[in-house]
Amino acid sequence: MRALRAYLRSPAGVIGAVLLVAVIAAALSADALFPRDPLALAGRPLQWPGANPRLPLGTDNLGRDIAAFLFHGARVSLLIGLVASVVAVGIGVMVGAIAGFYGGWVDDLLMRITEAFQTVPNFILLLVLVAVFGSELSVITIAIGLVGWTAPCRLVRAEFLSLRNREFVLAARGLGMRDLPLILGEVLPNALPPVIVYASVVMAIAILLESALAFLGLSDPNIASWGNMIGAGRAVLRTEWYVSAIPGGAILVTVLAFSLVGQGLNDALNPRMQVL
Amino acid sequence: MRRLAALALRRLAQSLPVLLIILVGLFLLLQLAPGDTVDALMAQMGGGSAEDAARLREQYGLDVGVAAQLGRYLLRLASFDLGQSAIYGKPVASVIAERLAVTALFMSCALAFAFAAGLVLGVLAARRVNGWPDTLISTLGLVFYAIPSFWLGLMLIVLFSVKLAWLPPGGFESIGAGLTGLARVLDIAEHLVLPVLSLALIFLAIYLRLMRASMLEVMSLDFVRTARAKGLSESRVLWRHVLRNALLPMVTFVGLQFSTMLGGSVVVESVFSLPGLGRLAFESVVQRDLNTLLGIVLVSALLVILVNFLVDLLYARLDPRIGA
Repeated sequence: MRALRAYLRSPAGVIGAVLLVAVIAAALSADALFPRDPLALAGRPLQWPGANPRLPLGTDNLGRDIAAFLFHGARVSLLIGLVASVVAVGIGVMVGAIAGFYGGWVDDLLMRITEAFQTVPNFILLLVLVAVFGSELSVITIAIGLVGWTAPCRLVRAEFLSLRNREFVLAARGLGMRDLPLILGEVLPNALPPVIVYASVVMAIAILLESALAFLGLSDPNIASWGNMIGAGRAVLRTEWYVSAIPGGAILVTVLAFSLVGQGLNDALNPRMQVL
Repeated sequence: MRRLAALALRRLAQSLPVLLIILVGLFLLLQLAPGDTVDALMAQMGGGSAEDAARLREQYGLDVGVAAQLGRYLLRLASFDLGQSAIYGKPVASVIAERLAVTALFMSCALAFAFAAGLVLGVLAARRVNGWPDTLISTLGLVFYAIPSFWLGLMLIVLFSVKLAWLPPGGFESIGAGLTGLARVLDIAEHLVLPVLSLALIFLAIYLRLMRASMLEVMSLDFVRTARAKGLSESRVLWRHVLRNALLPMVTFVGLQFSTMLGGSVVVESVFSLPGLGRLAFESVVQRDLNTLLGIVLVSALLVILVNFLVDLLYARLDPRIGA
């Protein structure tokens, strides 16, 4: 309750929450408002926004309803962002917890692997994964998670390093607690708050990565992804620039929402820590 | 200087195992991929007998066990033999070498711009913390962070190339203009303005937030109070005493963020058709040229290691306590 009040005191957090609720509402209402397939032909191509009352945001160069695409795209972005973040944070927490808890050569080995993942540019690694495993929605989502786990891993490891010799851990050890329940039940809950804050940043990055892939035409072509429409709009950029501009605005709002929520959570949960 | 060199070399030696992990990881990833080179070749030739396949496997060294293949692969790489590019019909190493200069120039400009602008804006925001300049700069930082670089690139093209016709919409230089000397430099600079802006904005946002936080932290330290008590002017305290100390986390961050920036260049180079490494990476994915793609991974990893080495040197120079 106190955390909620602290969160509501942060203007960034409030604006972020409002924007996020709007994006989630768009995602949830997509089927009700636009029951037709957003990838199907909806009308004459390249109608400007406002020109046709039936298609408030106009159509793109493939004749798709931009408004319908926007609402269905919110669903795709949130889904990919959510699942990819769960994968990234899951791997990060697991590796970071083991490295920080055991230390020694285990830590050394795991940290070298983490550094290897950080050394290869994440978007290029993403391209390699797409080139090898294809570009179905599930593959893309897991691949985005796979390139994003290093930052949460380092956070968890740092927390574990500072927690593992605290008295409550030593006491639990002294009582004969095994490693696994000790890690999961005692140390992890104390290490989680900064990771939860950071998860919103992971989500924002995941959405940006997917939209970049879709823009290049390397994402799943059978889903309504905002990046995909920006890429299609490139062909008519000189005259009908709104086709690229509108879905880009949607990405901006969604990513901004997650960053602001992250800032609000940070202000509420650990006011002394800076989230980057 | 001796101390610096020793320190930086030690850090460099630590990155060797990291490089080895990357190479082994890539090799194993390719083993997971469905089908091998020979399968792909046979498919291109329109099928062939089992004997042909066996002969080709021997020729490509695929007839031995995984461990032996890994050994050969690493040996080949050690002599910088990256194999043949399927789309360009040339050795991968020379294809990459042709593209490296463009990317190096592009990255240095973007990095320099993001760093300088982030630094200045961060200092301005920290100077009047919670005043209107701070609120404005911090809000702008949040918005910049949320703008997808490729979309920003397209919108800049619409505004500055299509509507205003001030800047070229893409390419590295005017083709066929035959420019030399200063005229060519200016021509290339003109082509780089929009791509640099598109790539740098997100990093500018990160640097400005980091710089602001770091300035605020240093400003609360005792030696700053001492400097003020000595009667130094506020701007002298800020620029001479606080800034130098506040720069340290920024410098570290440049090293950490460089790999992300290199990844971002893939999209931006594709938007502006810059003939660099990033665009090559995109082309090789589209054309399924795995040899080239893996060569790019290796070269970009080496670049990241090199930049971090330089950052270490710079850091040790800025902070005399390091390595003492």
